[in-house]
Amino acid sequence: MLRYALLRLLGAIPTLLLVIVLAFLMVHAAPGGPFDDERVLPPETRAALEAAYDLDEPLHQQLLGYLSRLVRGDMGPSYRYRDHTVSELIGNAFPVSLKLGAMAMLLAIVIGVAAGSLAALRRNTLVDRAVMVLAMTGISIPVFVIAPVLVLFLAVNLNWLPAGWSGNEGAARFVLPVVALALPQIAYIARLTRASMIDVLASDFVRTARAQGLGTSAIVRYHALKPAMLPVLSYMGPAIAAILTGSVVVEEIFGIPGLGQFFVRGALNRDYTLVLGIVIFYATLVVLLNLVVDLLYSAIDPRIRRR
Amino acid sequence: MKSIRSTSLALICFLVAACGGAGDSGPVASVLHRALSSDPESLDPQKIRSVQAGEILRDIGEGLVGYTATGELIPAAAESWTVSDDGLSYTFTIRSDARWSNGDTVTAEHFAFGLRRLVDPATAAFNAFLVADIVNAGAITSGEAGPEALGVEAVDDRTLIITLAQPTPYFLNLLTYPSTFPVHPDAVAEHGEAFARAGNLLSNGAYKLDGWEPGSVLDLSRNEQYWNNAATAIDEVRHHVLTQEMTQLNRYRAGELHITSSVPPDSFQQVREEMSDELHIAPQLGVYYYGFNLTKPPFKDNPALREALSMAIDRDVLVTRITGRGEEPAYSWVPPGVDNYEPRRFNYAEEDQGERNAHARRLLQEAGYGPDNPLQIELRYNTSDTEQRIALAVQSMWNEVLGVETTLINEEFQVLLANMRQQEVTQVFRSSWIGDYNDAHTFLSIMESDNASNMPGYSNEEFDSLMQSADEQTGAKPRRLYLEEAERILLADHPVIPLYFYVSKHLVSPDVVGWGDNVLDYHYSQHLSLAPNDATP
Amino acid sequence: MRMLADTLRRMSKSRSLMFSAGILVSIVIVAIVGPMLSPHDYQQTDFDNLLHAPGRAHMQFFGTDDLGRDLFVRSMLGVQVTIVVAIVASIVSLVIGVAYGAIAGYVGGRVDAVMMRFVDTLYALPFIFFVILLMVAFERNFLLIFVAIGAINWLDMARIVRGQTLSLREREFVDAARLTGVSAARIIFRHIAPNLVGVVIVYVTLTIPQAILVESFLSFLGLGIQEPQTSLGALVDAGVNQMEGASWMLLIPAALLAVILLCFNFLGDAMRDVFDAKDAR
Repeated sequence: MLRYALLRLLGAIPTLLLVIVLAFLMVHAAPGGPFDDERVLPPETRAALEAAYDLDEPLHQQLLGYLSRLVRGDMGPSYRYRDHTVSELIGNAFPVSLKLGAMAMLLAIVIGVAAGSLAALRRNTLVDRAVMVLAMTGISIPVFVIAPVLVLFLAVNLNWLPAGWSGNEGAARFVLPVVALALPQIAYIARLTRASMIDVLASDFVRTARAQGLGTSAIVRYHALKPAMLPVLSYMGPAIAAILTGSVVVEEIFGIPGLGQFFVRGALNRDYTLVLGIVIFYATLVVLLNLVVDLLYSAIDPRIRRR
Repeated sequence: MKSIRSTSLALICFLVAACGGAGDSGPVASVLHRALSSDPESLDPQKIRSVQAGEILRDIGEGLVGYTATGELIPAAAESWTVSDDGLSYTFTIRSDARWSNGDTVTAEHFAFGLRRLVDPATAAFNAFLVADIVNAGAITSGEAGPEALGVEAVDDRTLIITLAQPTPYFLNLLTYPSTFPVHPDAVAEHGEAFARAGNLLSNGAYKLDGWEPGSVLDLSRNEQYWNNAATAIDEVRHHVLTQEMTQLNRYRAGELHITSSVPPDSFQQVREEMSDELHIAPQLGVYYYGFNLTKPPFKDNPALREALSMAIDRDVLVTRITGRGEEPAYSWVPPGVDNYEPRRFNYAEEDQGERNAHARRLLQEAGYGPDNPLQIELRYNTSDTEQRIALAVQSMWNEVLGVETTLINEEFQVLLANMRQQEVTQVFRSSWIGDYNDAHTFLSIMESDNASNMPGYSNEEFDSLMQSADEQTGAKPRRLYLEEAERILLADHPVIPLYFYVSKHLVSPDVVGWGDNVLDYHYSQHLSLAPNDATP
Repeated sequence: MRMLADTLRRMSKSRSLMFSAGILVSIVIVAIVGPMLSPHDYQQTDFDNLLHAPGRAHMQFFGTDDLGRDLFVRSMLGVQVTIVVAIVASIVSLVIGVAYGAIAGYVGGRVDAVMMRFVDTLYALPFIFFVILLMVAFERNFLLIFVAIGAINWLDMARIVRGQTLSLREREFVDAARLTGVSAARIIFRHIAPNLVGVVIVYVTLTIPQAILVESFLSFLGLGIQEPQTSLGALVDAGVNQMEGASWMLLIPAALLAVILLCFNFLGDAMRDVFDAKDAR
């Protein structure tokens, strides 16, 4: 297994390199630069700034310079936040996004699996239909609608929860963003679980167990749940990507200083180093995570043999 | 089912516990919660350029002069000054009790150090132009002289002499700008480029920087060493970075903010109806305009066409129906409320819109366009709801009144800037100008032919020479006459279509005392206090 | 041909399929015909009639927006744009994905391994970041939106198609064709591709909702379809800001969006049932 993991990691390096080059080219291709503003810079100032940030060098030289610093772990200063380095900004933003994403994922799995299993067990009854309708709503209403609606009712009108992030202590400020982020995933996971649970419940070994007199809850707990979760597990990859996408919106709406926010603003501000840093960071992270998911998958289902 | 039930129960407990966390009350110190629309790019005074950085620096730093809450110029770190008769030499006396947050005295040399840093090309300061009138400033910035050659001299610890190359009547106003604030040389020597970070930063203002979470919040607390600390009422100030106006509004309504930096346009009506006594709208020194690209057809050498397009816009409808936030329609270039100045107006300012429309149609015909030769132009603006609404309205007005076909091109801000500067593809573009200081010069100077911010590419010899003459005047009256005449010429040429003048809009909690509306939109936290019955949010 | 008739028959038997398809078709018809019947234009502003609630006269069934434009016509335009973007984007990802997957699956061996490894690693990337960068770098144009969305979705398609191709490759009729010397390309196009149709259709109907949501997400960021054109996502985004004062600006486009997404989801599920049942021979 270790060999497999190492091979996978090594194999990812050329792609990561490709990612870096692509991102680098794209950000530099965008018209405008990090120092542009309506008040046009006098030429000497512009020259001094560009020299300080190596922007006056030819593009390939900038890229090589960036890569050589990257290998040493230096992602450079942020062009926009002139008192901070990119590593520092990412270091502050990542734990926030991580907490948000992890909690949303957890919530989505717990509620999604529960709801989906319930729907499967009470198939074709009112409960089933109700759960499925709710799930469908989660899929068909975009996050940037759900979040402001939640804020308006729960935070502004009823004052049950904080409306924003900064300056609020405690877990309360996580509730609305996490819920908003989790809702679409709850829906997908519920649907997946339901379908898969229905299949599993109809399978031979479950029928055998039932014939042997095992109660439903025991069947679900000991026999049905694990195999039914397999599709959910293989959905984890796309789920992580979806939460990443959703987090950009949620962070924007709640004012959460996470990686998604910094990325969008970095792209719009032409903060080259910050954008590149985040892309690389995320790509590496997701490669690692996918590896973990794959390993988990094979751990749960030993029938899977790697080529 | 048990496993599912117990999991759900655990989840509910978690949520309840989480809810219990909200509403923590801290120590008895008074805390002000303000909104900031974006992170400052830096807190190094000589490296800043943005409005937001200026806001923070006005709380943690102090210049030679400052403003009251209502915008009157007053002594700050300098307790008095004298100006020579020829207007070229300013002598400041620094307060004896001016201190940095570490207890060191603020000396004249610290101011000189800051100013030299500002013009030093190594700093690559955006705002070096502010002090361009100081002797040798230009030479230093272009590298011909060293920073020591700057016309500032710290005669002793408390006396600073600044010598100008030409009399600049608004020079004192320039010194309120945070880029001219002093810097402690020891801090730079010890920390280098990192001297402006929390923990390293020495403050000579009412507050010091405790912490900065980029993208989230800047925490300031009282600077006990500040010479006027006794007058500072609020102990802590938290500037929350909130880029979305809607989020600011939501948090204000939820009681999490005392002051917002803006009001979302879509909610404006509602806010005006429900929270009218908390809504503060004040004229601001800024003009929102559409510029023409004068270097290319169809607008090159075609003043009649430009005037027609300018007249056909119903500015009253724009400010009442489209923006609707109390803006003033613009029939001049310089906004109202500028010190010692009476703005000129378009010659059509007194006509009503019906007359203007008819007049515009005639001008359009003169310019050679009509139903058989319709004018087709492009209007560029940056991505924003407000910009879009205005562009749509103008497009529709030009179409209805003049039959002009306007293609709207929505560009990202950086892209628009690049296009405006290059003057290759732009025809009509949206732009704005916020004044740097309270004087007509800041608005008129950008239309000089050699000014880099002259986006339309306007070049009129008479205008340039009038501006030049104004710069040479020592008396306020003659200077004013030159400037007003320059504006008259500018308006007659129609290189730009000023649409409206900016207003600042803030929601200010009734618990905040001491808020003053002023034309520069400066609101120092040290002038504010929180009403005693609600000191903690 | 017989396969087609058989498939259609199965489809007609599925209630949810007919229902969803019926709703979608009706919405599309109204979206096309409605604006033609209405006297209002989608970009005609009317400053005297800002934010009027639905139910006005003059066929302004859905009221007006904050510039006085008729919301009914704009919503119908939004439906048109949303569906077109979604379908075209799905076709883009279909074309790329099918071609890629079929080639990988058919050629097999080392080429397949390399191609799939590439897909695996691309799969792991923060695509949304690249889409944002793409839109920022090359300015917002209509075409780019299709490309960007299609670029996100083709990976799934490629994987599925490859799997199917692999199993189809082993079937007798393919062996026969190979033995008689038919070229690889011909085999792929004439023999394998038709058998992929079922799988592909199912996947297209399932990726369409995804494409719709990505476009609305781009609109939220200001990178999507540009004014005065609009999509349901853009309308919904504008409506959120008017939530309290003019709720219809949010509710109507959001309802339309939700219904369309739901129909496509149900359609996809039903299609899957139809084609799965067919394969389970």
